[in-house]
Amino acid sequence: MEKFTVLNGLVAPLDRANVDTDAIIPKQFLKSIKRTGYGENCFDAWRYLDVGEPGMDNAKRPLNPDFALNQPRYRGAEILLARKNFGCGSSREHAPWALRQYGFKCVIAPSYGDIFYNNSFKNGLLPVVLTESQVDQLFYDCALPGFRLVVDLDRQTVATPEGATSYRFEVDPSRRHSLLNGLDEIGLTLRHADRIREFEARRKAQLPWLFR
Amino acid sequence: MGRTLYDKLWDSHVVHVEDDGTALLYIDRHLVHEVTSPQAYEGLKLAGRKPWRADSIVATADHNTPTTGWERGLAGIEDPIARLQVETLTSNISEHGAKAYFPFLDRRQGIVHVIGPEQGATLPGMTVVCGDSHTSTHGAFGCLAHGIGTSEVEHVLATQCLVQRKMKNLRITVEGALGRGVSAKDVALAVIGRIGTAGGTGCAVEFAGSAVRSLTMEGRMTLCNMAIEAGARAGMVGVDDTTIQYLKGRPFSPAGSEWDQAVATWRMFQSDADAKFDAEVRLDAREIAPQVTWGTSPEMVVSVATAVPDPDREKDPVRREGMERALAYMGLKPKTPIQEIRIDKVFIGSCTNSRIEDLRAAAAVVKGRRIASSVKLAMVVPGSGLVKAQAEKEGLDKVFRDSGFEWREPGCSMCLAMNADRLEPGERCASTSNRNFEGRQGAGGRTHLVSPAMAAAAAIAGHFVDVRDVR
Repeated sequence: MEKFTVLNGLVAPLDRANVDTDAIIPKQFLKSIKRTGYGENCFDAWRYLDVGEPGMDNAKRPLNPDFALNQPRYRGAEILLARKNFGCGSSREHAPWALRQYGFKCVIAPSYGDIFYNNSFKNGLLPVVLTESQVDQLFYDCALPGFRLVVDLDRQTVATPEGATSYRFEVDPSRRHSLLNGLDEIGLTLRHADRIREFEARRKAQLPWLFR
Repeated sequence: MGRTLYDKLWDSHVVHVEDDGTALLYIDRHLVHEVTSPQAYEGLKLAGRKPWRADSIVATADHNTPTTGWERGLAGIEDPIARLQVETLTSNISEHGAKAYFPFLDRRQGIVHVIGPEQGATLPGMTVVCGDSHTSTHGAFGCLAHGIGTSEVEHVLATQCLVQRKMKNLRITVEGALGRGVSAKDVALAVIGRIGTAGGTGCAVEFAGSAVRSLTMEGRMTLCNMAIEAGARAGMVGVDDTTIQYLKGRPFSPAGSEWDQAVATWRMFQSDADAKFDAEVRLDAREIAPQVTWGTSPEMVVSVATAVPDPDREKDPVRREGMERALAYMGLKPKTPIQEIRIDKVFIGSCTNSRIEDLRAAAAVVKGRRIASSVKLAMVVPGSGLVKAQAEKEGLDKVFRDSGFEWREPGCSMCLAMNADRLEPGERCASTSNRNFEGRQGAGGRTHLVSPAMAAAAAIAGHFVDVRDVR
């Protein structure tokens, strides 16, 4: 798993609530059997003026000038500032893949869809939860060209580079530990292989029909 | 102290708890489909790992499969990228094994959330996962069932476990009798309208109350299916006689003396009378009218007897902007009566509403009538090959065809439009599916979520009508 420790990144705002995973990566791009190649189609329906299909040369497609992320000032942004319930809807892990491959390493929002939130940690994409008023303030601050934030997972803080504003965020200790160290979660679970086998044997003896 | 159904399901699957409260939860049933599994199998292979328990896996191809042209075999999947994905599932299953695989063209193939219960592969007291958010459907059987991402699909393949933190307990109680023409779908939409699409975030939802008890298993599946649209990964209903009767005699249900033993253990999978919930929501079944969504989120929903809401009356600026954006996308004006909204297409299908009772409810409305001339396409996509066969045995296919509907092969179809079935930009659809997100049914397409009977009535009228007025 990819590590996340400290990020000093440019912030791009996406000012709408309930951004669903269909919007993050539309279904036509889910036919691929690969883990890569989703970045250019991240937010495809909002980002381009035409209808995207797999195999198109995305560099030649007309960009939607009204879509915030297309503004030159947000080029190279690594932090996405979003509204509540970001990543709701489908379980597609293609959503964090697409965001990560677009260049984002962190999302800041007041809340997330549960499955998206979970999927993000597995892909080196840190979903930070701040309060609605803190997020409001960041949307306001973000109007400043070149607005950057420093996200420190170890200290669990989001701060402006000079430190004038600093917010603490909460995150599960185990998720934080895995992400800080880039641990292989399957490897971690397999340390308990004997316990799993014992549990399974007991279950099989008690509820044999579950193992038919 | 009493335990909730979710507490019991959780407690009976904990393999190990870490100091910080994170638990390793054992998974009984792993449902697999073609879209979210190839990268997981690839990851497994790259790490030199094998599936921990292949006989926990039930697999099918449903998202990418076409609903016409089955006589052409695999070549019927015209998109080569989609065909490769379906073939990849077949090769992964043949290499690693499964309890059951219902491939494209098999007569038992269908939407994974329809065939699991249909085969008796979903049983009370199980943990059920799938790389698909509508896995919540299986909670109707007193299971802990939820969607997972592809990394977790790989995790379950490799370890038969998931690393989880316990969710909160939310009980949604619906008391009273549902009115004529009001279905489980309307209850689900009314619940989402009440608590919002994030109302259940972080929660396992138990649906309770006399209105839920009186639902059939298919109705309960519809309700639990939509739990994720209220933000809850898992929805569930306690086990009762209805659950047990449904399961008797299914291909993978226990049989003989094991059946009695199983039933005895299943009865415990309901909340204790003194169980404590973290939050409670109550609805009066008599107040629930047939529902129609007007926007681009399932919480943007109203009764068919009312009108499109006016953003000017919304005080919260983020919500107001969301409403305005949704109305612009949907091509609707505030205060338009719902029954004046004209439709172009009708889709009856999806893991929410493609089971035999759904098709019967829709057929009862269209029988002896023709779809409106303004409706470009009305289609029925049964949830599985077995649902299709049963419907044909009852003559429902003829009812639909005589009314002008197309009768298709099973699959996810226009619920997410990964195959050729889709809306064109600007087209408006009465759909029995679960998501009205922008572009969900095709780029620029406009989706209104409704029950099967409401979709059928809209097909006949050419616009939404109150199915309670249809005789």
